[in-house]
Amino acid sequence: MLNSKIPQGSLENKWNDYKGHVKLVNPSNKRKLEIIIIGSGLAGASAASSLGELGYKVKVFCFQDSPRRAHSIAAQGGINAAKNYQNDGDSVFRLFYDTVKGGDYRAREANVYRLAEVSANIIDQCVAQGVPFAREYGGLLSNRSFGGTQVQRTFYAAGQTGQQLLIGAYQSLERQVALGNVTMYSRHEMLDIVKIDGKARGVICRNLITGQLERYFGHAVLLCSGGYGNVFYLSTNAMGSNATAIWKAHKKGAYFGNPCFTQIHPTCIPVSGDHQSKLTLMSESLRNDGRIWVPKKKDDKRRPSEIPEEERDYYLERRYPAFGNLVPRDVASRAAKERCDAGYGVGNSRMAVYLDYASAIERYGRGEAGKHHLENADADTITKLGKEVVKEKYGNLFDMYAKITGEDPYTTPMRIYPAVHYTMGGLWVDYELMTTVEGLYCLGEANFSDHGANRLGASALMQGLADGYFVIPYTIGNYMADEIRTAAISTDHPAFVEAEKEVSDRINALMNIKGSQSVESFHKQLGKIMWNKCGMARNEQGLKEAIEEIRQLKKEFWSDLRIPGGINELNNELDKANRVADFIELGELMCIDALHRRESCGGHFREEMQTEEGEALRDDEHFKYVATWEYKGDHEWKLHEEDLNFEVAKPTQRSYK
Amino acid sequence: MDHHTMSLTLQVWRQQNANARGKFVTYKVDDISPEMSFLEMFDVLNEKLVNEGSEPIAFDHDCREGICGSCSMHINGRPHGPWAATTVCQLHMRAFHDGDTIVVEPWRANAFPVVKDLVVDRSAFDRIIQAGGYISVNTGNAVDANATPIEKTHADAAFAAAACIGCGACVAACKNSSAMLFMSAKVAHLSLLPQGAPERKSRVLDMVAQMDKEGFGSCTFTEACEAVCPKEISVTNISRLNAEYLVAGLTVDK
Ligand SMILES: Cc1cc2nc3c(=O)[nH]c(=O)nc-3n(C[C@H](O)[C@H](O)[C@H](O)COP(=O)(O)OP(=O)(O)OC[C@H]3O[C@@H](n4cnc5c(N)ncnc54)[C@H](O)[C@@H]3O)c2cc1C
Ligand code: SF4
Ligand code: FES
Repeated sequence: MLNSKIPQGSLENKWNDYKGHVKLVNPSNKRKLEIIIIGSGLAGASAASSLGELGYKVKVFCFQDSPRRAHSIAAQGGINAAKNYQNDGDSVFRLFYDTVKGGDYRAREANVYRLAEVSANIIDQCVAQGVPFAREYGGLLSNRSFGGTQVQRTFYAAGQTGQQLLIGAYQSLERQVALGNVTMYSRHEMLDIVKIDGKARGVICRNLITGQLERYFGHAVLLCSGGYGNVFYLSTNAMGSNATAIWKAHKKGAYFGNPCFTQIHPTCIPVSGDHQSKLTLMSESLRNDGRIWVPKKKDDKRRPSEIPEEERDYYLERRYPAFGNLVPRDVASRAAKERCDAGYGVGNSRMAVYLDYASAIERYGRGEAGKHHLENADADTITKLGKEVVKEKYGNLFDMYAKITGEDPYTTPMRIYPAVHYTMGGLWVDYELMTTVEGLYCLGEANFSDHGANRLGASALMQGLADGYFVIPYTIGNYMADEIRTAAISTDHPAFVEAEKEVSDRINALMNIKGSQSVESFHKQLGKIMWNKCGMARNEQGLKEAIEEIRQLKKEFWSDLRIPGGINELNNELDKANRVADFIELGELMCIDALHRRESCGGHFREEMQTEEGEALRDDEHFKYVATWEYKGDHEWKLHEEDLNFEVAKPTQRSYK
Repeated sequence: MDHHTMSLTLQVWRQQNANARGKFVTYKVDDISPEMSFLEMFDVLNEKLVNEGSEPIAFDHDCREGICGSCSMHINGRPHGPWAATTVCQLHMRAFHDGDTIVVEPWRANAFPVVKDLVVDRSAFDRIIQAGGYISVNTGNAVDANATPIEKTHADAAFAAAACIGCGACVAACKNSSAMLFMSAKVAHLSLLPQGAPERKSRVLDMVAQMDKEGFGSCTFTEACEAVCPKEISVTNISRLNAEYLVAGLTVDK
């Protein structure tokens, strides 16, 4: 049975009560306890620095050449916190409520409430570390809005919020390295966990420079390895983002929660050709000021500037007057797909919509003209002033768009289309962030927890840092307090030897296929299947086909893959092969999960289940649960359901009209 | 948008590992569209190499959005290639013409040894940060974020310095292989903020000492670094660092 270990008591008191009663480990014992952390993104780096400060002996692993390069660095728009600095009615409760509703009532209330509670501490902590958030002229912190909310609670550092937060956490991590509390292993990839007597006790890593396999012991293991959006090949994730760490843990007993819950982000630069290696996000913050539209006429080939105002369809403002361009991501993505599928798309591929800044530039320009007492400013002056404001707010995003497309977004509306962005699914964890394997924890995007079936913008950074800075330092104590008598286990223990052998056998098997197709070509094929049949819209027939196609692809992969180079050296093709082999298996589980969930909720849209107006139709009677999958062997999984109880945020049909 | 394609000649540095001798190898690539990024052009070449059964060219990359600082190619004598304020991953093939020859090398600096082909070891940067590139604050010790207002001009200047992605192009561009631009960006970021003030003196002294230890050269202010920096980190940060260093050296209590 799944035990989510949610503390008793009222929602507001659960976390405080928990903290008040959790077991503690005294400082001299902490020095004898070792913790392994896989990942140095926001979740991993914040956990590592906090646990190092507490006195645990920490080892951190990442596959990049420096912990500072973890994928979190790429987050653009911002981080939420219930500070209510804008005095616009925000509160812990409202952030909690928005998140549960935004997730379409498929998240655990207690976790989300805790997240909202600690959100304010995150901002304090980051500012103390020197994170240069945007400020107003008075010197206080500035905020903006993100989708799915009606308050301004998002803190940001231009379009580089993730970078600044990660550098803050990275610097704290490096401080602990200097103090000798944390040892950092860059260019290391975890390829399996080691279990002894049912508990996670270590990992097997491949040194990506020498190719050697290495064994590491820990009293506990934390997986902070990020999301698995790259199952789709094309996504906004970094090229190296992968599922291997959590997939290996899954095969060793950690259940997988809601694997099919994927977030498709509405505003990304559209695909330009077959050569495309990844997709680039245009931050959701752009929907604060930009207006989204398509022509009212089908297949309109005119340039955007030639289409007069009354012939434009601002379809989000039309369909969702209350939230307009700031509806949640799943809603905005589906609306864009609907328009393009119906023949109203723009650009060469007709698979894009416009994101237009003309009216924002004019509005800001007028504001600036007013500030500078330019009563009769002409249109050019207003545009010039307006562009300056927009540049300050979104300059780096506009530059990025210009470099990629060769077009100037200050004068021509941007072309955008939805793309895979984030995975709400992940390893199932209880309230303490422990998986179904004792001593094995999962933090950040890698776990399934706080976002239900759809994550609100600016909430992933919040969750990663909440998990690492404020949750795990308490919850791990509850486990470690009983480990103080466990001496460090030698890595000569048979369990380590056996785990290493499994990894080495698999690597040899991959190298010995000596077939004819590259890893890249298999990854692309998998991506196509997933995007077409398990993407923005899913149906029974498509999913059944996808499962068959993926099984076929797996056979082909294991019989026709070609990896050049050797094992004992830096070999990027081998690294990728290890990852893609796991993506293929995970892809199958995602389709199985999507097929079983015969309802539409959040990012999971089953075409069979929709309202007359084309909105997602939930089925609370049958699916108000976390679908948690236990690995049983090749192509075999067993479903366990964690029922969700909504005591405070009562499920209703989500409406943003 | 035009839809021509290009054929190019690439001369790429190949080196099996840190101890092997490297050499330039010439490759031809065809059907390169101007919409591709430079790294996507490398993907095309690598795919071809794999299909021919030879080893693809190793290069560092991850985000492909100009923010992680992984990518690092010296293109036609310039770190990150011809476009100003642009990392290689954001460089697009529009920058080149049909028939061009492009020379691609790794970063060259004693403190950045080559690992393989175009991949170098930049861990020296992490060790410089370990020497003091942080504010010593433990989790949970923070006061309310708005308790200390920070003048917007200072906050903006700190942010501009903090934009450094740690790519190392500044070192690669410098004839002395100095890491001054990278290090000064960190010193400026932290010393411009009131939170960073208590450790100002020890920070700059310790970081400079570590930089020397790592084998980076000294700065003769040629400003080659600023010219290639993808994040437009300004050399005024170096002046700030020098001033901080001088004051710290004169007044620090040992
Ligand atoms: C372009 C983009 C923009 C975004 N913008 C926002 C935003 O504005 N606001 C917001 O809230 N969220 C945003 N997100 C989402 C957010 O950035 C991520 O969800 C979050 O940063 C994930 O952090 P993490 O610590 O869980 O994992 P990551 O940052 O992905 O870190 C994973 C770490 O694990 C390591 N790792 C993985 N596998 C292994 C292995 N097998 N062995 C060893 N190490 C391994 C990696 O090296 C890395 O260090 C954005 C995401 C993208 C793609
Ligand atoms: S200062 Fe510029 S060139 Fe140097 S590491 Fe930082 S971003 Fe790269
Ligand atoms: S790949 Fe991240 S900056 Fe170029």
